[in-house]
Amino acid sequence: MADVKLKGLRKSYGSVDVIKGVDIEIKDGEFVVFVGPSGCGKSTLLRMISGLETISGGTLEIGSRVVNKVPASERGIAMVFQSYAIFPHMTVRENIAFGLTIAKVPKAEKDAKVAEAARILQMEHLLDRRPSQLSGGQRQRVAIGRAITRNPEVFLFDEPLSNLDAALRLDMRMEIGRLHRSLGATMIYVTHDQVEAMTLADKIVVLKDGLVQQIGTPMELYHRPENLFVAGFLGAPSMNFFDVDIAMTDAATARVASQVVAEFEAPVWREGVGKGAKATLGIRPQDLRPVAEGGILSGTVNLIERLGTETVVDVRLADGHRVLVSLNEDRVFEPGESIQLAFDPGKAHLFAPASEQDLQAVQNAT
Amino acid sequence: MSSKLTRANRAGWLMAFPGVALMTVFIIVPFFLAFAFSLTNQRLASPYATEYVGLKNYTDLLGLAVFTLEPERDDRGAIRRDEAGEIEYPRLRKFTRNNPDYPHLQGKREWFSWQSGDRRTVVLASDVVFMRALVNTLTFVLVVAPVQAGLALGLALLINQKLRGINVFRTIYFMPVVVSIVVVSLLWQFIYSPGDGLLNNVLGWLSFGTFRGVDWLGNPDTALPSIMAMSIWQGVGFHMVIWLAGLQNISPTLYEAGEIEGASKWQTFRFITWPGLRNTAVLILIVITMQAFALFAQIDVMTNGGPLDSTQVLVFQAVERGYGKQDISGGSTISVILFVIVLTISLIQRFLTRER
Repeated sequence: MADVKLKGLRKSYGSVDVIKGVDIEIKDGEFVVFVGPSGCGKSTLLRMISGLETISGGTLEIGSRVVNKVPASERGIAMVFQSYAIFPHMTVRENIAFGLTIAKVPKAEKDAKVAEAARILQMEHLLDRRPSQLSGGQRQRVAIGRAITRNPEVFLFDEPLSNLDAALRLDMRMEIGRLHRSLGATMIYVTHDQVEAMTLADKIVVLKDGLVQQIGTPMELYHRPENLFVAGFLGAPSMNFFDVDIAMTDAATARVASQVVAEFEAPVWREGVGKGAKATLGIRPQDLRPVAEGGILSGTVNLIERLGTETVVDVRLADGHRVLVSLNEDRVFEPGESIQLAFDPGKAHLFAPASEQDLQAVQNAT
Repeated sequence: MSSKLTRANRAGWLMAFPGVALMTVFIIVPFFLAFAFSLTNQRLASPYATEYVGLKNYTDLLGLAVFTLEPERDDRGAIRRDEAGEIEYPRLRKFTRNNPDYPHLQGKREWFSWQSGDRRTVVLASDVVFMRALVNTLTFVLVVAPVQAGLALGLALLINQKLRGINVFRTIYFMPVVVSIVVVSLLWQFIYSPGDGLLNNVLGWLSFGTFRGVDWLGNPDTALPSIMAMSIWQGVGFHMVIWLAGLQNISPTLYEAGEIEGASKWQTFRFITWPGLRNTAVLILIVITMQAFALFAQIDVMTNGGPLDSTQVLVFQAVERGYGKQDISGGSTISVILFVIVLTISLIQRFLTRER
């Protein structure tokens, strides 16, 4: 077991910087998820930790040993790939035992370790099959089994569930969570699926363009996102944003309003908010509720999506601005119907004014 | 009467026609004609009518007999020896020419023989040249197939690295494949030339003048190996490219998984690369075997089957007989025999390398 420390980690391909100085501390036994849109560098970062990619700058410590130049096989890590990377010509047993075969471990010990891994993953009955006779979920289980037999200090998962269908993904997600609890090993998990991130992680690292946007527990990130990107990236449907004018009342609150947002008092806690006369207001679709009168937003219903447990309403405001509302009940609205929306001012997020670029990034990511 | 298939695709059939017609005339019809001719005494041009002769052509080619010669003895029963002390045997032709006691030896000639005790055992063949050709062809295949496939794999592994300028090497290795085999054969004739050929010169230079020139193509011991070496060189690039395609089909994450497990270079090859190349290996083995059996142009240009029949091969014999000697039925028979051999070997290879 080991903790992992990334200090000012950088990766460049020629003149292109992919990872631009990343600092992350991962404690022993923690489950850390790297999330971010495609191209944010999360997989590259994981591969740098694994040793499959070289490190251009900064230091990487695993178990308080600097491993920048240590070959992948000696870093005490095991990796599970999106494409499983199991060997098609070997049986499940041979696949799981692969690392032990390479290391020329005696047969008795090898059999014992394979049996143990198979027991943990409940796949004893599959040991003599070939990968072509397995489902996607079973294949990924084989890959995890191979990782377990390495008895690593750190498990690395590179989008392990992306090739699975939705139902299997749920099963395997729970399986990986269970595995983490039973092995207690440090795990680093890369995904672009925020549900996986929210459900599995002790700690989430949100990455964008090779930089860390925020590190925190899933609930910290959800309730107190530090910037527009994190706020927009986590949560589905995505957070609604409005440009508002701001008038500070005191250090902790501000009166905000715009053409479409009726004046109200919002909490201020982020850095940079209140310096100017403008701000960006964010409200989660789940925090909005329709009211008969006195709402802060008003508009007309454009589209509704009824999911049974949830109703998503697409509302157009007077200036054409689009607002999504998510109600955790089944409710009927008519398109064209006028609607007024209210929310708990305490749930409002004020951000420093968004540039066009920020908003674009948020939209692209979600 | 036209079926729905032909009506609906008239334009398609029309476009396929030239290709189909040419293939029919030059491949399919001759294939069946060869079978038919091999059962007749057909000649290229002859005033006499063609006759059906059954399997005579085959027995004329494949006839074999083993015959043991007893030493000649004098009146007292002692073995006679010549001046050099060698045992004297009766002459073979006493048995093979018009000897009513040995009808099965009629017309056969000595292929090879060995001595055991006082006796000499002789293997006789109806057609010694054909037998030489058969043995040479099989030798050629047995040497060229594994060596060429192995070298090609080695080159492919070298070429498959991400290095600057690797494409230059890829082109260089592939170049001999693009050059016509006739041109290559002519060039290698200069290389093998006995006087001041390139090979003799290089070997002489490397050995500081102690190497004495060899007439590579004029010596029965070196002629076939020389042609093998040159054929391997010429074809290796083609198979390298096929191996390369196979190599690039192996998922890079498998190698990464191997790297994480700490697999050595050899283990990576043994556990990841080689199993991943299985299907490619089957293909290459079959293709090389068939190409090697079809050996002709090199022989035709460089040695004409000589010296002393040391480079006779089946296809060359088929052409030589069919057109050189105008014996179409004989040539056809060799073609059919070659077809059966190649088919059998391919089927055996398919069977041995089948998915299990």
